[in-house]
Amino acid sequence: MVFHVHGVTKIYQMGEVQVHALRGVDLDLYEGDFTVLLGASGSGKSTLLNILGGLDTPTDGHVFYGDHDLTRATEIELTKYRRYHVGFVFQFYNLIPSLTARENVAIVTEIARAPMQPDEALQLVDLGHRMDHFPAQLSGGEQQRVAIARAIAKKPDVLLCDEPTGALDSKTGIVVLEALQRVNQDLGTTTAVITHNAGIARMADRTIHLADGRISEVYVNETKLAPHELSW
Amino acid sequence: MNAIDKKLWRELWGMRMQALAIAMVIVSGVGIFIMSLSTLDSLYETRENYYRNHHFAHVFASLKRAPLSLVKRIEEISGVDKVETRVVAYVNIDVAGFSDPVSGHLISLPDNSRGLLNQIYLRKGRLLKPGRDNEVMLSEEFAHAHRLQPGDKLRATINGRRKTLTIVGLALSPEYIYQIAPGAMFPDYPRYGVLWMARKPLANAYDMDGAFNDVTLTLSKGTNEQDIIDRLDAMLKPYGGIGAYARKDQLSNRFLSEELKQQKTIATVFPMIFFGVAAFLLNVVISRLISLEREQIAGLKAFGYSNFAVGLHYAKLVLMIVALGIIGGIIVGIFLGKGMSNIYMDFYSFPFMIYVLKPQVIVAAGLISILVAMLGTLYAVRSAANLPPAQAMRPEPPSIYHATIVERLGLQGWFSQPTRMILRHIERRPLKSLLTTLGIAMACGIMMIGGFQEGAIDHMVNVQYGMSQREDLIAIYTEPSSTRSLYSLRSLQGVEHVEGFRSVPARLRFKHRFYRTAMQGIKPKGSLMRLLDTELNVIDLPQEGVVLTDYLAELLHIGPGDMLTIEVLEGNRPTVHVPVVGTAKQYLGVNAYMQRTALNRLLKEGNAISGAFLAVDDRYQREVYTELKDMPRIAGVIEQKSAIQAFYDTLAETVLFFTFISTLLGASISFGVVYNSMRIALSERNRDLASLRVLGFERGEVAYILLGELALLTVVAIPIGLLFGYGLCAYLAFQFDTDLYRIPLVLGMNVYAFAAMVVIVSACVSGVLIWRNLAHLDMVAVLKTKE
Repeated sequence: MVFHVHGVTKIYQMGEVQVHALRGVDLDLYEGDFTVLLGASGSGKSTLLNILGGLDTPTDGHVFYGDHDLTRATEIELTKYRRYHVGFVFQFYNLIPSLTARENVAIVTEIARAPMQPDEALQLVDLGHRMDHFPAQLSGGEQQRVAIARAIAKKPDVLLCDEPTGALDSKTGIVVLEALQRVNQDLGTTTAVITHNAGIARMADRTIHLADGRISEVYVNETKLAPHELSW
Repeated sequence: MNAIDKKLWRELWGMRMQALAIAMVIVSGVGIFIMSLSTLDSLYETRENYYRNHHFAHVFASLKRAPLSLVKRIEEISGVDKVETRVVAYVNIDVAGFSDPVSGHLISLPDNSRGLLNQIYLRKGRLLKPGRDNEVMLSEEFAHAHRLQPGDKLRATINGRRKTLTIVGLALSPEYIYQIAPGAMFPDYPRYGVLWMARKPLANAYDMDGAFNDVTLTLSKGTNEQDIIDRLDAMLKPYGGIGAYARKDQLSNRFLSEELKQQKTIATVFPMIFFGVAAFLLNVVISRLISLEREQIAGLKAFGYSNFAVGLHYAKLVLMIVALGIIGGIIVGIFLGKGMSNIYMDFYSFPFMIYVLKPQVIVAAGLISILVAMLGTLYAVRSAANLPPAQAMRPEPPSIYHATIVERLGLQGWFSQPTRMILRHIERRPLKSLLTTLGIAMACGIMMIGGFQEGAIDHMVNVQYGMSQREDLIAIYTEPSSTRSLYSLRSLQGVEHVEGFRSVPARLRFKHRFYRTAMQGIKPKGSLMRLLDTELNVIDLPQEGVVLTDYLAELLHIGPGDMLTIEVLEGNRPTVHVPVVGTAKQYLGVNAYMQRTALNRLLKEGNAISGAFLAVDDRYQREVYTELKDMPRIAGVIEQKSAIQAFYDTLAETVLFFTFISTLLGASISFGVVYNSMRIALSERNRDLASLRVLGFERGEVAYILLGELALLTVVAIPIGLLFGYGLCAYLAFQFDTDLYRIPLVLGMNVYAFAAMVVIVSACVSGVLIWRNLAHLDMVAVLKTKE
């Protein structure tokens, strides 16, 4: 087991209104699993991912990464956790515009323990030929694949993806999903993808439905589809 | 109100702190501009008014002795309006409880009058009673320096006879706004004063009954001044006239004019710097605001607002901030201008101050501010106006970056990714980086002015009085005397060394240029009065020929080898031609020097001297002074050291204040520039930096990217700033050059080090504030939002 989430609630104070983003979530994520967290916007899936990624802390409950209780970690410990264990892929890529594709990967490998070479990571996402291009010179799909290369180059224990295809058309989205699946299969990286796109769930080992801050359904996929078989 | 104008007001309110900060800089610029120029105008106006109402003369002349019957002939010179003759004497003064040498000018006043010309302004007490030989009026500064009041007494040696005088009044005179002893460079109120005495007793004491030794004239409008001076000169020549001169050469007026000229330089330099900073701040803030409002701009355009309307909307925003600055600046400027004028009124001893604020000064301040603001924001406002709506709807595309020059040279292996980010960011926004660098550089440069002044004056005094004029006392004879008179000086206890000198007023001419000064005959290889070359080595004065102060050589456009015409203005006034053999470095005054014996030969006289330089054992200084004062042959004793000390005392405060102001100014500019450009950089790169934090970068590592840029720009800016500072000081030194004094461009290491230090410290302070801002990077938000 990689993550053990127990009774997690999260309450945001938005002005004078309290928003209950999570209302007692229990969840386990297993090593090597490809999990999809599915839910409508406002279901709490991003909040959950942020908590798993050490970007946010719950109002109540515990999140264990292995033996470590992330809810008790200091800011410095959380930084170390993100640095050495977690790979992030964002909806809007969040590449550094002033660095080339290769350098965007290198900026992470330079601070990681035993990373792969930036070139190797970019080959994995089929971008070996665009390594010296700046983000402004890359398409959205290419930018997202650089982001995936950046996330996996440190050989993270978990890969957390927040709507990785959200800003892409379906064709480009599939290329990105293929890259994610390849990483999951070849490197065995535990992967969690959040999306509101139910179609994507069919390539996952497990699908977790979130609604109104609660887990409404957990579904184990017996017959996984390859990304190119998906449609939405 | 239109909806779009409501938007304007709300946005202005929303950014009120930033707007206020920018407005404050404009307030400073406008305020200093109005303060300086209105003070300057007030000083000119007050001086004019004072001169006019008190009938300050146009032409001045001194002579040995002429009968009053000559007045009629002078009045007949066409163009002469009024003529006033006076008896003027240079006297030694004794003030009880003050042992330093004190001298002064004793000037006759007509009975029951403030004088016909150069009328005095009675500050306290009363005018002189006719015929009273024991009553005097005192110049106010001199009285204040000794806390003397009407009713108090002092003693003066009048024509060799010690006399006790009662002070009946304190007065100011347009002739002595700048009260400076002959031959001195600085006002020294305790040691030099002006006294007025009734004409009759003063004339009696100097054997001037029915005669005069000083005459001043006013001229009718539109007359040729030089013509009248020449005719007056010719008329006075048989009576020992030493050359008439115009108002512009009158000592007090000249010093005052030079000071006002300096004020003018400062009045233009400093506001320009403020306006430059304001332009920079407006540029960064408005550019950022517009890039954040892309979508709103697109929306407005989609609704049908024209490019012009959008451009106008942002231009209005800028103008509102500027208007706030201008209004505040005018109020501050008037307030400070009035305060400053009053300070100057005391400083220059004007009897009153007329505050003048010319409408064109206000208009200029407003126009300059608007122009500067428009220049600073033109690019940003225009690009907002020209943004195509469809493009503006989409988020800004990723900024385009390139590998930097250093990397293309193959040096990229040397840089980590964060370092590359710094370099590329600087290169991508070259104008902004340049402006930031220039802003810091300017701040650095400004801070050198204070130190420069201090160092320059030290150097000036050290060269002039430490290396060149090394006497302790100068004794001035009433009349040229034989060198034998030096024996009696040498025999005084405590006198270590004596060197006689000859000094005659002369008009030096080369081609069409001429200059009136004193020809100094000095002892060759003397140890008290030495001439220095540009490397400050002692010049060996040749047997024949004349050495000129370097600045005088420049004024006359004359060099070694040229033939100088000397029109002596004393005795039988010979005109002679003498070759120039060299120039001497002198920061104070301008003179011409030759060997004393050579000068004696030119004047066809024996071994005559006009006075002596004395080196005196410190312990005996007072005794020697007292004895000198009692010698009938000695008209006055000048002690430079105490004058220098007094000068330093007054100057120390001024320089300290100025250093404080320029440091404060420099520090606040460098802080304002660095902090603002970093704040904007932080907001622009918020997303990049937060992403890196998400990827596991520590705060320090993220800070490096931002602060590294700051450090790099600062490091680049400092040498530029030091160069700029050098240039600024050179400009000021050049502007301040006059025949009265030249300010040497001497900048010690400490001046450079101090300026660099303050810049570094203010950059560090901005760095700390930015560091604290970095703690609040919102990592979650950045993932959800597209920029």
